[in-house]
Amino acid sequence: MSYDFDWSSIPGAIPFLIQGMGLTLTLLVLAMTGGIIFGTLLALMRLSSMVWLSSLAGAYVNLFRSIPLVLVIFWFYFLVPFMLKAMTGDQTITVGPFYSALIAFMIFEAAYYCEIIRAGIQSIPRGQVSAAYALGMTYGQAMRYVILPQAFRNMIPLLLTQSIILFQDTSLVYVISLADFLGVASKVGQRDGRLVEMYLFAAVVYLVISYSASWLVMRLQKRFAI
Amino acid sequence: MNYHWNWGVFLKQTPDGSATFLQWLISGLGWTVAVALSGWVMALVLGSVLGVMRTVPNKWLAGFAAAYVEVFRNIPLLVQLFTWFYVVPELLPWGLGEKLKTMDPTFNAYLTSFLCLGWFTAARLCEQVRAGIDSLPKGQKMAGTALGLTLPQTYRYVLLPMAFRIIIPPLGSEFMNIFKNSAVALTIGLLELTAQSRQISEYTANTFEAFIAATILYICITLTAVSIMRWLENRYRVPGYIGGGGR
Repeated sequence: MSYDFDWSSIPGAIPFLIQGMGLTLTLLVLAMTGGIIFGTLLALMRLSSMVWLSSLAGAYVNLFRSIPLVLVIFWFYFLVPFMLKAMTGDQTITVGPFYSALIAFMIFEAAYYCEIIRAGIQSIPRGQVSAAYALGMTYGQAMRYVILPQAFRNMIPLLLTQSIILFQDTSLVYVISLADFLGVASKVGQRDGRLVEMYLFAAVVYLVISYSASWLVMRLQKRFAI
Repeated sequence: MNYHWNWGVFLKQTPDGSATFLQWLISGLGWTVAVALSGWVMALVLGSVLGVMRTVPNKWLAGFAAAYVEVFRNIPLLVQLFTWFYVVPELLPWGLGEKLKTMDPTFNAYLTSFLCLGWFTAARLCEQVRAGIDSLPKGQKMAGTALGLTLPQTYRYVLLPMAFRIIIPPLGSEFMNIFKNSAVALTIGLLELTAQSRQISEYTANTFEAFIAATILYICITLTAVSIMRWLENRYRVPGYIGGGGR
């Protein structure tokens, strides 16, 4: 052990680190919202009685569950500006890496949320659907007022656990040089030549946040258990 | 859309003239498989030891394994990789860190990512091994010790053979994950599959072809992993247990 620790660059970097954490959390909340909405649609498609619709959703989920998130981030980093240019015809248009990362996370996480939501919907007894139809509800009404509220209540712990994983995965935006929490920590570390301290600090912060979040989810699960 | 498709790009020579782009892609695939498989072997050994530790009647061992799992599950993989790559060599005693830093960079990146994936996946496997052992009826352990087996013998001959057969399906999805997780190794300079496809896209501007090729190769890896695990699952299914067979 010949390394001399020097933590002095951390206090000065706190404002930047908070900004970075702000970006991480913004990305998390937006990707989670978009992922759950899109994931619900996918789950409904997967459970549809129309074969082409359910196999389309199945293919989507299997595709995104077979490729690494890093590759998906690169795909969208390239695709989003490309599509936008093709659609608008404006060759000078630019999109920040934040938006391409956000779209990548929404699209990717939707596949994982879809599987959780599908299991949640399937856990509702069939009789509930029949009862809703017997009351004269349409498909949309039955889903909106009967099935989904119960299903979501059952799957809240799983959705939150997936979101903790998503929180950790947001650190991968490092590969497209976004200044999220890890990105800032790494930039400050490189500037001051203190990568050792900055990475250890980042590890502790991620550990504390994820650990407390999963502890809260566990408490919640016990309270909500039916 | 003014994109010029050119699938012939893979047969072109790379800038240094020593290979074709297709060979780059294949070498990337090779690194991905090498890192993932060696990491898997390490994770399987370490994860089994930790999983057993979590279930033995000793609160120090069980507590240690539980702490290990929490630490390795709650830090993002990328941060763990950076810790192994940038932090650990500085803290190693007896000049070991110096040796790591001066070794061949490719081999250093390989060693770091394989160890990182091994430690990381071990935490996940630990939980699955524990769940497998916990899912066995309590009577199995009592019966083992009542027969005069020592505790290690009970684990070796009674509990573990059953537990491993039960947890084959979740092990399978972890096996797929380690291939996908190996993509983070590109951040420390290992030219695995994703890194190679990016490099091809940068040199040739044929991004679609490069990324589509990488995507297809990852799908092939997943399909192979799924069929291996399905075969194992069918072969080692415990008679009388639900599961296996259909989807």
